[in-house]
Amino acid sequence: MKVSTGWLTDYISLEGVTAEELADKITTAGIEIDGVERRNKGLSGIVTGYVKSKEKHPDADKLNVCIVDAGQGEDLQIVCGAKNVAAGQKVPVALVGAKLPGLEIKKAKLRGVLSQGMICSAKELGLNDKLLPKELQEGILVLPENTEVGQDITKVLGLNDEILEFDLTPNRSDCLSMIGAAYEVSAILGRDLNLPDPAAELVEAGGTAADSISVKIEDEAFCSHYAVRYISGVKPAPSPLWIQNRLMAAGVRPINNIVDITNYVMLEYGQPLHAFDGDQVEGGTLGVRFAREGEVLTTLDGQERKLEPQMLVIADGVKAVGLAGVMGGLATEVTGETVNIVLESAKFDGGTVRKTSRQLGLRSEASLRFEKQVDPKAVIPALNRAAALIARYADGTVHEGIVQAGSDAVPDKILTLSLEKLNNYLGTELSLLEVKTLFGRLRFKCGDAAQGVVEVQVPSRRGDISYDVDLIEEIARLYGYDNIPTTLIEGVTTPGALTRKQSVRRELRRMLALGGYQEVMGYSFIQPEQSKLFPAFSEGSLPVKLAMPMSEERSVLRTSLLPQLLDIALYNTNRRQSDLALFEIGNVFFTDEEQLTRQPRELPVLGLLLSGSRTAKQWNMTAEPVDFFDLKGALESVFAYLGLTGRVVYEGDAPQDYHPGRSASIYLLAEDGRTRIGTMGQLHPELQRKLDLEDTYVAELLLQPLYDSARISLQYSELQRFPGMERDIAVVVDSAVPAGNLLTSIRENGGTLLQNVQVFDVYTGGKMESGKKSVAISLLYRHTEHTLTDEEVSEVHEKVVAALQQTFGAELRK
Amino acid sequence: MKEKLEALKVEALAKLQEVTDPQVLNDLRVKYLGKKGELTEVLRGMGGLSAEERPVIGQVANLVRSAIEEIISTKQEAFQQQETLGRLQAEKVDVTLPGRSLPQGGIHPLNRVVQEIEDIFIGMGYKVAEGPEVETDYYNFEALNLPKDHPARDMQDSFYLTDDLLMRTQTSPVQVRTMQAMNGEVPVKIICPGKVYRRDDDDATHSFQFHQIEGLVIGSNIRMSDLKGTLNQFVKEMFGPSTGIRLRPSFFPFTEPSVEVDVSCFKCGGDGCRLCKQSGWLEILGAGMVHPNVLRMGGYDPEKYSGFAFGMGVERIAMLKYGIDDIRYFYTNDMGFVKQFKGI
Repeated sequence: MKVSTGWLTDYISLEGVTAEELADKITTAGIEIDGVERRNKGLSGIVTGYVKSKEKHPDADKLNVCIVDAGQGEDLQIVCGAKNVAAGQKVPVALVGAKLPGLEIKKAKLRGVLSQGMICSAKELGLNDKLLPKELQEGILVLPENTEVGQDITKVLGLNDEILEFDLTPNRSDCLSMIGAAYEVSAILGRDLNLPDPAAELVEAGGTAADSISVKIEDEAFCSHYAVRYISGVKPAPSPLWIQNRLMAAGVRPINNIVDITNYVMLEYGQPLHAFDGDQVEGGTLGVRFAREGEVLTTLDGQERKLEPQMLVIADGVKAVGLAGVMGGLATEVTGETVNIVLESAKFDGGTVRKTSRQLGLRSEASLRFEKQVDPKAVIPALNRAAALIARYADGTVHEGIVQAGSDAVPDKILTLSLEKLNNYLGTELSLLEVKTLFGRLRFKCGDAAQGVVEVQVPSRRGDISYDVDLIEEIARLYGYDNIPTTLIEGVTTPGALTRKQSVRRELRRMLALGGYQEVMGYSFIQPEQSKLFPAFSEGSLPVKLAMPMSEERSVLRTSLLPQLLDIALYNTNRRQSDLALFEIGNVFFTDEEQLTRQPRELPVLGLLLSGSRTAKQWNMTAEPVDFFDLKGALESVFAYLGLTGRVVYEGDAPQDYHPGRSASIYLLAEDGRTRIGTMGQLHPELQRKLDLEDTYVAELLLQPLYDSARISLQYSELQRFPGMERDIAVVVDSAVPAGNLLTSIRENGGTLLQNVQVFDVYTGGKMESGKKSVAISLLYRHTEHTLTDEEVSEVHEKVVAALQQTFGAELRK
Repeated sequence: MKEKLEALKVEALAKLQEVTDPQVLNDLRVKYLGKKGELTEVLRGMGGLSAEERPVIGQVANLVRSAIEEIISTKQEAFQQQETLGRLQAEKVDVTLPGRSLPQGGIHPLNRVVQEIEDIFIGMGYKVAEGPEVETDYYNFEALNLPKDHPARDMQDSFYLTDDLLMRTQTSPVQVRTMQAMNGEVPVKIICPGKVYRRDDDDATHSFQFHQIEGLVIGSNIRMSDLKGTLNQFVKEMFGPSTGIRLRPSFFPFTEPSVEVDVSCFKCGGDGCRLCKQSGWLEILGAGMVHPNVLRMGGYDPEKYSGFAFGMGVERIAMLKYGIDDIRYFYTNDMGFVKQFKGI
């Protein structure tokens, strides 16, 4: 809402307060002022003039030589290039020495002809010329014929004015009007208000309005009050300049006196009004009803609108003539030929107006106000005010009486406020007197306090106030938040802490970061195609789609973190950053329902990606490419860190989208079986080629099982006091036998003496028989209570070896 | 014989004195002190001496021996030192060549900021609460005092999955869920960090996905002045001890009174600079006293309990704190960007 300080002074004195100071005070008290605009952009020496004659320039086709009376004693000769300049016009004239934005006027010769000044366009005067008719945008500004010559243009155009841009929060629709703004400023400054009294200004004459028009409301739930006045004999013409100036200052386009006055009063009272051409209203009646099936209406903007039955319309005896609260119809528009008008002021339901306006993609100053609730008590004053102005500035005769249906009767809103609650709520120590004074400034009537409780009557214009805490806010903002003390919470202290899950997640993040992995963050929305990749967790479920995505690219909730990790890898590889170790922790989503009726499953997941070289090429290091075991090592470190070593097994079962020979599923062992908690391995070469990536290794782990089973309390175990005994063996087995199976067998048979098993060599090819491999394993035996003897170790060790021979047909290499 | 010994001493000392080579030194040691050395040779003649002469000559011989031994050992030490010195010289490395570094990863800047904020509030006795990213209309709007026809609930502004399910537009639903789970117990002191989603076109300051951290305190006598005190303490820990806050009235459906909270610009100290657009203040938080309707829906009687809530955008804080000018960097994950946020 653009609020002119000049206009404000109609209602309240702003003496001694600059526009900037006022803006600061209003902002501090609750309505942010987005900016202060000075309408005078630095004009001086510009006056009104009369074009006495216009001749063609002797040497220039496009120039005219004008003789202008600018009230300077002598007529001025001014060369003007505007197409629309003509003798008989009143125009703004910049005299020699005048200042305009970025321009100073000097005496000049134009193609040999003396020019003693300049006739100005609206743009040159710093006006928003988009609000002017096209011919005035392209040429000079033409002023009304009755303009006096020699007047300072800044006065004539009302330019010595500042505009405050009110950035209103949705609750403060009361300030979508000059009077509302005046109430606010009056509360802030504590100054008196001087408001118009429309009923007193209005003179009724002619016949009875009800003889010319009748109204009715079909359902008062959607329009509680519909009131009209009948005005005859109007003379449409341009409005007086002061009305035009104020409309332009508010950003509203001047059209003619009738329309301008309805807009002016809307700005003044916040109550949208509409004028119908009375002679185009058929059947002498207007009604508020819902649109009929298949009904169409051509609105004022010339668009034909297909109406739907939930849209509220104004209809005469035959047809729809307007979209209630949104826009009038073209058929009943006020034109230059209009003689009689029906002036409407009504209270339409905000929700209905909003739906209609959204559905048609049609927003107006009126719909904006109705949506945010207008003051029900403004309907009649605004109607009277507009009628009085039309009588005065458009020569209309206002017929006797208001014709109306419904009413503006609303119950008085009386809230009770306890002084104790107010002070407890804010942490203040305000007295009853202070509180009543503040309510007085707001013009909220206060009753006498009984037992510290005040009854406050909330004016109808403040529809946003419904609870005692709303009153507390009014007091707080006027009292000033700076004046509220700064205290600390009293009462029980509470220990702050992270949950187990949050602690484990943080540790994981820290550990991976210190281990060389960079955390990244993707979007939760992916392409539908991507949701088909890496289905290990989502298998058998469906992806979740957005109802109205912003793009196909981001239309499905991610079912895996890996597709985006791959995108990130590609992005960086394309920018010569190809040695990547990435991780992300985030949620994946999927559902079991064909038609979503409840929240989908949302699982926290850890994703890892490795590609490029393990170490950068350097004088003492070669750039070795990462491989499967770099990634596996990282996972093993994670499991070891969480105390899960020995509870995790890897199975080379070729999960989808992985290289079938270089990938595994990861299982967490538990008492009652095992669960798949992840997948890992090299990206499938086909997919890798399709995505244009180098060798890339990825892994994905479900985090909930890790949160649940991570070891979070550490326990000391006794130091080993007796030396261990190491035995190395090398066994030849079929290549297909997984080393992990050998180790499991060794652990099972090694009993409590076996402390550690380590594969230290794997050998194939060369002298090895084809289809066979040699696996060298180091075993460490130790007893906690005594030094082991050879015999003791051999007894166990032989059992271990025998098991390998029996189970895997292993041959012992000597 | 004594003279012989003295002569031997003089000769040996003179020769030894001049030795510059460890090998020669060794040869001389053998020559004089060895089993077949000259001193031994001389001493062999001691058998012919009288009983009186023998101890005298023996003493002389010992003196000669120890004199020779001493100089040899001095020389040996010198040679050893020299040798060590030589070896150390040879082992010299070019200290300006780069070393083998530890692998360097890092935590995403947004999570760094989240953790920092979490830690400040944990220190003030808050717990961290989390909730689902896909929310029901009830938790995301209705229970937060945004009834069905509220303008802020436009389909255009949120990512709906169905009429009733949507990507949460704020982390406030976690507050409602926590209140309900508390079953009317007080105090409630939580912060709720997490991803939220709004249907915004991406540009330098907007992202359809972003992070919020909201806080909620409910108790039997929670005051607006406590909110001021809490946020004041927070900004001092987050942005430096010399920063302060300013409250401006605002409007949110879930709080009453509602305020915008500005922190004094930590870059210029409030004098005005590019970061604060010359205003001296940075807008970072929305806050207020919990609306009675929200308390009621969370299971608290607004006549008995009161509370405050606040919320901030993590991206905005990270951008201010690190001087980042485009929000999209957070989700582009260029290594050149994300790897900058390491260290303390």
